[in-house]
Amino acid sequence: MIRLEPRGPVAVSRLIGVSFAAAIAAVVLAAIPMLFAGLSVFEAYGLMAKGAFGSLFAFTEMLTRATPLILTGLAAAVAFRAKLWNIGAEGQLYAGALAAVAVGTGMISAHPIVLVPAVVLAGALAGGLVMLGPTLLKTRLGVDEVVTTLLLNFVILLFVQMMLEGPMKDPMGMGWPQSEPILDEAALPKLMARMRIHWGLIIALVCALGVYFLLKRTVWGFEIRAVGENANAARHAGIPVTATFVRVGLISGALAGLAGVGEVAGLKGYLTADLSPGFGYSGIVVAMLAGLSPIGVVFAALFIASIFVGADSMSRATGVSNYLADLIVAMALLCVLVSGLFLRFKVHLVGRNARKEAGR
Amino acid sequence: MSEIFEILLSANFWAASLRIATPLIFGVLGALVCERAGVLNLGIEGIFTAGAMAGWMAVWLGAGLWGGVMVAAIAGGFFGLIHAILTVPLGLSQHVSGIGVTLFATSLSYFIYRTALPDVSSPPRIEAFQPLDIPVLSDLPFLGTALFQQTSLTFLALLLVIVTAYVLYRTPLGLAIQAVGDNPSAVESQGLSVYGLRIGAIVAGSAIMALGGAFLTMSAFDAFFFGMVNGRGWICIALTVFASWRPGKALIGALLFGAFDAFQVRLQTEIGSFIPGQIFLMMPYVLSIIALVVVARRADYPRALLVPYFRGQR
Amino acid sequence: METDGSQAVPILKLDGITKRFGALTANGDVSLELHRGEILALLGENGAGKTTLMNILFGHYVADEGKVLVGSNDGDLSALEPGSPNAALVAGIGMVHQHFTLAENLSALDNILLGTETLSALKSARLPARHKLENLMSRSGLTVSLDTRVSQLSVGEKQRVEILKALYRDARVLVLDEPTAVLTPQESDTLFATLKKLAEDGLGIIFISHKLAEVLASSHRIAILRAGRKVADLPSDGCDQRQLAELMVGHEITETVREPNQPGAPLFVLNGIFAGQGRDVLHDVNLELKSGEILGIAGVSGNGQTMLARVISGLETAARGSIQLEGVDLGKASVRQMIDSGLARIPEDRHRDGVVGAMTVSENLAIESIREPENQRFGLLRFTELRERARNLIKSYDIRCQSENSPARLLSGGNIQKIVLARTLETEPKVVLAAQPSRGLDVGATSDVHKRLLAVRARGAGVILISEDLDELLRLSDRIAVIHRGVLSAAEQTEKLDRGTLGLSMAGHSEEDAA
Repeated sequence: MIRLEPRGPVAVSRLIGVSFAAAIAAVVLAAIPMLFAGLSVFEAYGLMAKGAFGSLFAFTEMLTRATPLILTGLAAAVAFRAKLWNIGAEGQLYAGALAAVAVGTGMISAHPIVLVPAVVLAGALAGGLVMLGPTLLKTRLGVDEVVTTLLLNFVILLFVQMMLEGPMKDPMGMGWPQSEPILDEAALPKLMARMRIHWGLIIALVCALGVYFLLKRTVWGFEIRAVGENANAARHAGIPVTATFVRVGLISGALAGLAGVGEVAGLKGYLTADLSPGFGYSGIVVAMLAGLSPIGVVFAALFIASIFVGADSMSRATGVSNYLADLIVAMALLCVLVSGLFLRFKVHLVGRNARKEAGR
Repeated sequence: MSEIFEILLSANFWAASLRIATPLIFGVLGALVCERAGVLNLGIEGIFTAGAMAGWMAVWLGAGLWGGVMVAAIAGGFFGLIHAILTVPLGLSQHVSGIGVTLFATSLSYFIYRTALPDVSSPPRIEAFQPLDIPVLSDLPFLGTALFQQTSLTFLALLLVIVTAYVLYRTPLGLAIQAVGDNPSAVESQGLSVYGLRIGAIVAGSAIMALGGAFLTMSAFDAFFFGMVNGRGWICIALTVFASWRPGKALIGALLFGAFDAFQVRLQTEIGSFIPGQIFLMMPYVLSIIALVVVARRADYPRALLVPYFRGQR
Repeated sequence: METDGSQAVPILKLDGITKRFGALTANGDVSLELHRGEILALLGENGAGKTTLMNILFGHYVADEGKVLVGSNDGDLSALEPGSPNAALVAGIGMVHQHFTLAENLSALDNILLGTETLSALKSARLPARHKLENLMSRSGLTVSLDTRVSQLSVGEKQRVEILKALYRDARVLVLDEPTAVLTPQESDTLFATLKKLAEDGLGIIFISHKLAEVLASSHRIAILRAGRKVADLPSDGCDQRQLAELMVGHEITETVREPNQPGAPLFVLNGIFAGQGRDVLHDVNLELKSGEILGIAGVSGNGQTMLARVISGLETAARGSIQLEGVDLGKASVRQMIDSGLARIPEDRHRDGVVGAMTVSENLAIESIREPENQRFGLLRFTELRERARNLIKSYDIRCQSENSPARLLSGGNIQKIVLARTLETEPKVVLAAQPSRGLDVGATSDVHKRLLAVRARGAGVILISEDLDELLRLSDRIAVIHRGVLSAAEQTEKLDRGTLGLSMAGHSEEDAA
C-alpha cells in the first residue's frame, strides 16, 4: 500500500521528466506483447526506429503523421485545462474534413490565397460548432459532456458515410463511397517535393504556439485556468464560467476540425469514412503525455507518431499486427497517469498498518 | 400506420427487443455497481471488447460455452482492477483512466486476436449458445416466442437484475456500497475499508460488463469482429443515468432501448428505400443523448461519484 | 462535580503521542487519561492539535511516537492497534465527528447498522437491530425516526444518529468533536444533559471545544492543548474563563472592541426576497443595512444562510423580491455587476469559493479584477503590474507566503482568508458581505479579520456579518437579525439582546412563545 503526501510547486524539469519516464516505460512494456507475438525484441525496436527515423522519407512520414496528432492533442489539452471533457475530437475531425471538402471541391472557385484560408476556416468552424452542442448541453442543462461527445463521434461518422454515399459521392469514384477530390487551388501545399509532408504541420505548430500564448498571457487563458482548477471560486470571483466553457469548447472543436482539414486538404486529397485511424482518441494520449502543456503536445505528438509509423513499418517487415502501436499508445496513457502521481505527491511505501487494513 | 401496428404486434419483434437489450442489461448493471460505489468506469467500451474477444477465444480454443463466459468475466475483472487501482488508492482522474482502460483493453484484444489468427479471411465461428427450449413456456402462443426463446445468457442477465437489486438493497454489503458512493467517511468511521469496497465493486461491475461483450460473440453472433462493440458501452453509461442507478429501472431502460432499436430496424425494411440507412443507424446514439438530456435536470448522481477519497482528508 | 472511580485504572490512556506533518508538529508528546463515568473537555483553539489527537485515537492517523492504551472491563490496559478505525471501534471507542460521517442516501437505521454485520451476510438483520435501538433510545432520550433517510433529518437529529451509532456498538468511550458548533444554545444544553446521563451510566466522554463557557459548565476535567502540546490538565471546579483563555492562547487576550458609532443612511436593502428550493430557501426576506453599521445574521447552520449569501453575491437570482444598493436595483445583477457596484463578498467556504488553489497568490489577488485596465490591455495580462500590486498587498495585509508566485493551496487557512480580504477590501467597497469570516481560524487570524471588518464600518461602509458564532456576532454587530427556516427576523439593537433570547429565536421560537 502507499501513502501520498502533497508536494509544493513543481519544477518544469520534473514535469518533463515524468513525461519522458512514462514514454520510456510504455516502450519497455511493449516488449511483453512483442515476445508474445514471437518477435525478437531488439530487432523489433530496431525496425521501429528505422521505420520512423531511418531515412528522410521515414522522417517526413513521421512528421506527416504527427500533424493531426498535434492538433487533436491541443484540442484535448485546451479542453482538459478547463475540465471540459471533450472526448469527441474524432467526430470533430470528421466534421472539419467534411466542411473542408464541401468548400474545397468547387462550391466556390477562387485564387488559392482566398480558397485555402476559406477551406481552413470552414473546417475549424465546423469542428467548433460540433463541440458547441455538448458544451451548451453541459452549461445549460447539466448533461455530462463525456458521454455526449463520445456518442456524437458515432453520429458524425455515420453522417459522413451518408454524405459520401449520397450527395457528396464522387461520380467518378467507380462506386466507392468517397468525395470528389479537393481542387488544386484549395489544397494545402506540400512542404517538400516528392514527400507527403504538407502545410498542415506549419498550421499545427502555429496553433501550438497560439494556445500556449492564449493560456499563459491572456485574460481568456487566465479565466480558462481558473475555471478548470476551481469553477466555484471562479464563479464567485465574477469570472463568466459559462462563457468560458463555450469559448473553450469552440477552440477545442476548431483545433480538432483543423486536424481533419489537414488530412483531406493536405494529405489525402479526398474524403473517405476511414480518414482517421483514431487520431481523436490518440489526441487524448498526446495531451496527457504532454501534461496538458501546448508546447509539450508537439513533442508528445512526435513520440506517438513515431510509434505509429515505426510499428507500421515493423509490421510490414515481420507480419506482426500493427495493433501493437495502439497497444503501446494505450499503455503510454496509463503510464503517464501513474507517473503523474510523482508530480503532485511524494509517494511513500507504507508497511504493516496499511496492508493489514487492505486485507480486512 | 398499419405497418407500425404490425411490427408492434409481432412476437418476433419483442423477442428481438429482449435480444438487443441483453448486452445493455449487463452493461448498465455493471456500470451502476461501479457508480453506486462512487467510481465512473469509462473502461466499459474496452471491457465489452475484451469480454467479447476473451469469451469467444476461450470457446474457440476448446473451453465450453460456460467456460468462455467465465473467462470473459475474469478478463473484465482484470481490466476493472486496473481502473480500480488507478482511481481508488491512487485517486487519478476517473475520466482519463477510464478512457485509458478502454484504449488498452481494445488494443490488447485486437492485438491478441490478430496475433493468434494472423491471416484468416473470414472470422472463424464457434458453436454459440442456442435459444433454450423450455417445456410448455416456449410453446405458449405469442409469449413463448416473445419471451421464452432466448439463450441462457439472456436469462442470466434477467437473473442478475434481481440479484443486483437484492444485494444492493437487502444485504450489508449492498448498504456499504451505497454508503461508500455517498459519503466514504461514513464507511470508514464504521470500520469498513473504503478502498476495499470500491475496488471490489469496480472489479465485480467490470466482470458483469464483460458478460455483455461475451453475449455479442457467443449468443448474438458466433464470431469476433473488429469494431463490433460499436459504442454499446457508451450507450450503457448514458442508460445508467437514465435508470437513476436502480437495477429495476436499468432493466426497463434497456428494454425500451432494445424495443426502439428493434422497431427502427423493422421500420427500415418497410420504408428504408426513402431514407438513407445511416439515419437509422444513428438512432441508438441520438436516442441515448436524448435520454441523457431528458433526465439531466433531475438526475440524482451518487454524491461521491468522481470524488477520490484519501484517508485522513475530510 | 464528583468523578467516580478516579483512583481506578483508566479506561483510556494516551501515552506520549507525537504526530508531525512535515515541519509542523501537530501533537508533541501528549498524554491523557480518561476514567469511567468521566467527562473530559479537550480545550484549545483552532490548529492546537485537538482534532489530530482524536483522529489518532480513532485510527484515522498513525502517531509517529507514543501509543493508545485501552482498559478492559477487568482493568488491564492493552495497546490499541494504530491506524485502524476498526480496532478502535472493537475496543469500544466511538467518535462523533464535527462533519457528520453519515450516508445521506440511507435511512438512520441503515447508517447505524453499517459495518456492524459481516459483509458476506445474505440479509441485513434490521429487525433485531431496531429492537435494540428502540431500547437505547428510550434509555438515553436520544430519539430519531429510524426509517427516515438521513438527508431528510435536521442537524440535531443527525448528531443523535451519530451518538446512537456509538452506543449501538456498546461504546465505552465516546469522543465528540466540537459537538455544539451546529446547535442552538438550547439544543446544546439538551445535549450536555444527555451526555451527563450517559456518563452516570458509566460511559467515558471526551468532548472537544473552544467555547469556554460550555467547557466549564459541563465537564469534570479539562485538558488544554496549545500548539500541539498539553499545557494544562485540571479539574473543572475552581477554574474560571479568564484563566482558561490565557492557558489556551498563551498570552493575555485583548478583545476587539466596537467603538460606538452613529449609523448613517440606508445603504443596502433587500425587499421580499424569495429564493431556492428544498432546505436551503429564503422566504420573504427583508433587510436594511445602513452605512457605518455591522448587521449580524445569526442562525443555526442550514437555515438559509448559504442561500442568502448566494443571492447577495449574485450567484443566485431571487425568484421574487428586490435588491437595492444606494437605490440602484441589483435584482437581476450578475456576480460581475455586484462587484462593480461596490459589493465585496467573503465566502463561507474559503477553500471552495475563495481561492483557486493551483493558481498563484498574485493571480488570486487579481482574480476579481482581472478585466480591469490596470490588469490587462487588449486582453493581454500585464504581468509586471500584477506582481507589483500583489507584493504591495502581501505586505499591507501581512499574507505569509514564500512569494507572490507560490500556489495559494500551500497557504494556511488564515492566510487564504487574508488573500480574500486583501482583494475585496482593497477596492474600498460600499457593502461587505462576510459569511462565517472567522470559521476555523485561530485567535490571531480571527482578531485580524475582526479589525478589518470594524475598519470597514469606521470608514462608513456597511457590513453584513453572517455567523454561527454568537460571541462574534454580539461583539461586532450593531444590530442582529436571526434566520430560521429561511425566514429572517427584524433586526434588533445588540444591546437589547443576549445569548438566551437569540438562542430561542434561532430555534424558531418567537418572543410570544418565550413569554
